[in-house]
Amino acid sequence: MNHRRNRRNRRTLARTGTLLAAVLLAAGCTGSGGSSKGADAKAADDPSQVSGTITVLTHRTDLVQDGTMKKYADAFSKTYPKVKVKFDAITDYEEEVKIRMNTENYGDVLMIPNVINKNDYPRFFASLGTQEELSKKYRFTGFTTVDGKVYGQSPMGATPGFLYNKRIWAEAGVTEWPTTPEEFLTALKAIKSKTDAVPYYTNFAAQWPLTQWTYVNGSVSCDTGATAALAEGNPWAEDGELRVGDRLLYDIVNQGLIEKDPTTTNWEGSKPQLAKGEIATAWLGSWAVIQFRQAAEKAGADPDDIGFMPFPARVDGKACATATPDYNQAVSIHSEHKEAARAWIDWFTEKSGYAEDNLSIATLSDAPLPEALKPYEEQGVELIELDDTKGGAVKDIDRASEVGIYAPEYRQDLVDLARGAKDGDVDDFLDDLGKRWTEAQKTVGS
Amino acid sequence: MPQTTEKVARPPVVAPPSPRTRAPRRVRLWGKATPWLFLAAPLALLIVFTYAPVANMLAYSFTDWDGVSPELDYTGADNYVEIFTRPELFRVFFVSAYYLAASAVQIAAALYFATILSFNIRFRNFFKGVLFFPYLINGVAIGFAFLYFFQDGGTLDSVLALFGYESDHAWLSTSTSANISLAGVSVWRYMGLNFVLFLGAIQSIPGELYEAAELDGANRWHQFRHIIAPGIRPVLSLSVILSISGSLSVFEIPYIMTGGATGTETFVIQTVDLAFRFNKTGLASAAAVVLLLIILAVTWVQRRLVPDDKVDLT
Repeated sequence: MNHRRNRRNRRTLARTGTLLAAVLLAAGCTGSGGSSKGADAKAADDPSQVSGTITVLTHRTDLVQDGTMKKYADAFSKTYPKVKVKFDAITDYEEEVKIRMNTENYGDVLMIPNVINKNDYPRFFASLGTQEELSKKYRFTGFTTVDGKVYGQSPMGATPGFLYNKRIWAEAGVTEWPTTPEEFLTALKAIKSKTDAVPYYTNFAAQWPLTQWTYVNGSVSCDTGATAALAEGNPWAEDGELRVGDRLLYDIVNQGLIEKDPTTTNWEGSKPQLAKGEIATAWLGSWAVIQFRQAAEKAGADPDDIGFMPFPARVDGKACATATPDYNQAVSIHSEHKEAARAWIDWFTEKSGYAEDNLSIATLSDAPLPEALKPYEEQGVELIELDDTKGGAVKDIDRASEVGIYAPEYRQDLVDLARGAKDGDVDDFLDDLGKRWTEAQKTVGS
Repeated sequence: MPQTTEKVARPPVVAPPSPRTRAPRRVRLWGKATPWLFLAAPLALLIVFTYAPVANMLAYSFTDWDGVSPELDYTGADNYVEIFTRPELFRVFFVSAYYLAASAVQIAAALYFATILSFNIRFRNFFKGVLFFPYLINGVAIGFAFLYFFQDGGTLDSVLALFGYESDHAWLSTSTSANISLAGVSVWRYMGLNFVLFLGAIQSIPGELYEAAELDGANRWHQFRHIIAPGIRPVLSLSVILSISGSLSVFEIPYIMTGGATGTETFVIQTVDLAFRFNKTGLASAAAVVLLLIILAVTWVQRRLVPDDKVDLT
């Protein structure tokens, strides 16, 4: 019995083996050839002549569900009666779209996933025009420009900064924005000793909020070339942009100015907590202001308590805030209705009111700042836009070095280090990051 | 040519075989094909969803593909060389030790419960259900539920407070306690599966054996030691193999609960990060192949050490 079973096993094994080999052969020709020739999505001259049904892939599942997107689409069809807009709301946007981009079916309009290499844009998207021409009218064009042509357009922009509860900060006796990391730490200590609030909330468990610290880049030196500096220098060198930011994060955690148990933080829960004054501060982006205000209303707290301040660094007495685009909308190179798709992008950026609705920085360069950033104007904070020519190279270096400045891991390690859950020295840690980064620069050859 | 004409005129000798011989042949052919017909659907599924992806993964592991770019270059064994020249990639296997220890606990507990519940006990079926239930819950849901469980002032803290123990412990905050907590969740979840396997095996042992043993004066421990344990040895060794390979490839619970932070990163999390955070799909595929080989090797060694003997209860 035993013997027979063994023989049968061996036979099936052999058979599976041949099968596997056959499949291997079949799979040998893996990968797809993309079309490398570019295409243009030109703006239409006459809105009434543009026609077609377009599919828009979006990460804003909430807006599709509550009908807001439908309202935008209805308003759009008043100008463009022959265009029908359909939405495809995707929850795990990055991952799902990345896979769909291996095919030709990724909608007519989509948000450019972060994973797509900037230099590959011409393969996947139709050009919207030259940067020379578009940059006269719009912000953020540099972020999607390849060889002088623009491939995407963000409907809105944001600036990173600290969301804070004005009431708590006032109770702690801090009414002026801190201008150096030291002052910021002093302020947080005052909050800890004078109020019951958690001075700073890491959102450690939600992971992505930690990646926001990378957007410190540019705020420290007030240099529009800060991205190029990432590609060519060591961002963790003494006074490097990321070292200053990471060091502040380390000190905040190390001096016990954060929540008791960072490993079980709750992103959704942090919104009403900050609104109610249980949390004093969090480093996020101006896009978050509206969400926290809505949470405040729901929790019965005063939405006006939620304030926003720039990174505590000053160059010649002036603070700098970098304006960065949200997801950029692009036209698929495989779209059959490129004109209609382009019409949607232009209309959504200029006429939809999406940016105002989100209290965000509008893409039209002559539009006024959102109300949440009014204090910036009063205090003379300069809004700068980073030159993103080297943005692609930075991502390449990031991948090669496996540092992951847009991923949460290394900052989670930093927080663990700061609160003693991990052994090591912060300077060694940051130096090591710098070493890995500069070594990767050599292999990538930016 | 008279001969030829003669030949033509003659009825062909081999021509149409009589229907009597034809029918059995077709039946025989069909008879041979029948199992394959039944197998066609599962085989197609198996090939499409198991072997083809594995073959693809193997193919990717020899390239520098980033997961999205239309171009990929063949790089030979570069990815494998990189994996084996970066010892830090294997350091994460230490985390598996926690899960390995936990699976020993898990198997012991499953065995204990399976043995007890195979005897006649009140509310037997109810307890069976209770023990198996966690296995039916989706792993993602379990991850989220236990995040609340371990939260500061969460379920665990409140339950401990009921017993007068005011805990001030952040359960997931240090590497050791986080790993132990996560391994505990894994025991909670997978014990049900082991339990059901053991229960099934125990119940296939003929009841007369117990009667005979009882007549001979054997107590419960003796029965377990000499009847149950040898009787379920194949299932036991299967469970051990499953739990070792499971410990090496832990993924969902730590990924959802901590994302691999605070020293809870496992090999699979690391691979997923390589593939999706750093877009090194080629390298990640190679890492996955290496994990597969490690698990195959471990299983092979284990089968060598504990050969699958025939159960003999006489």
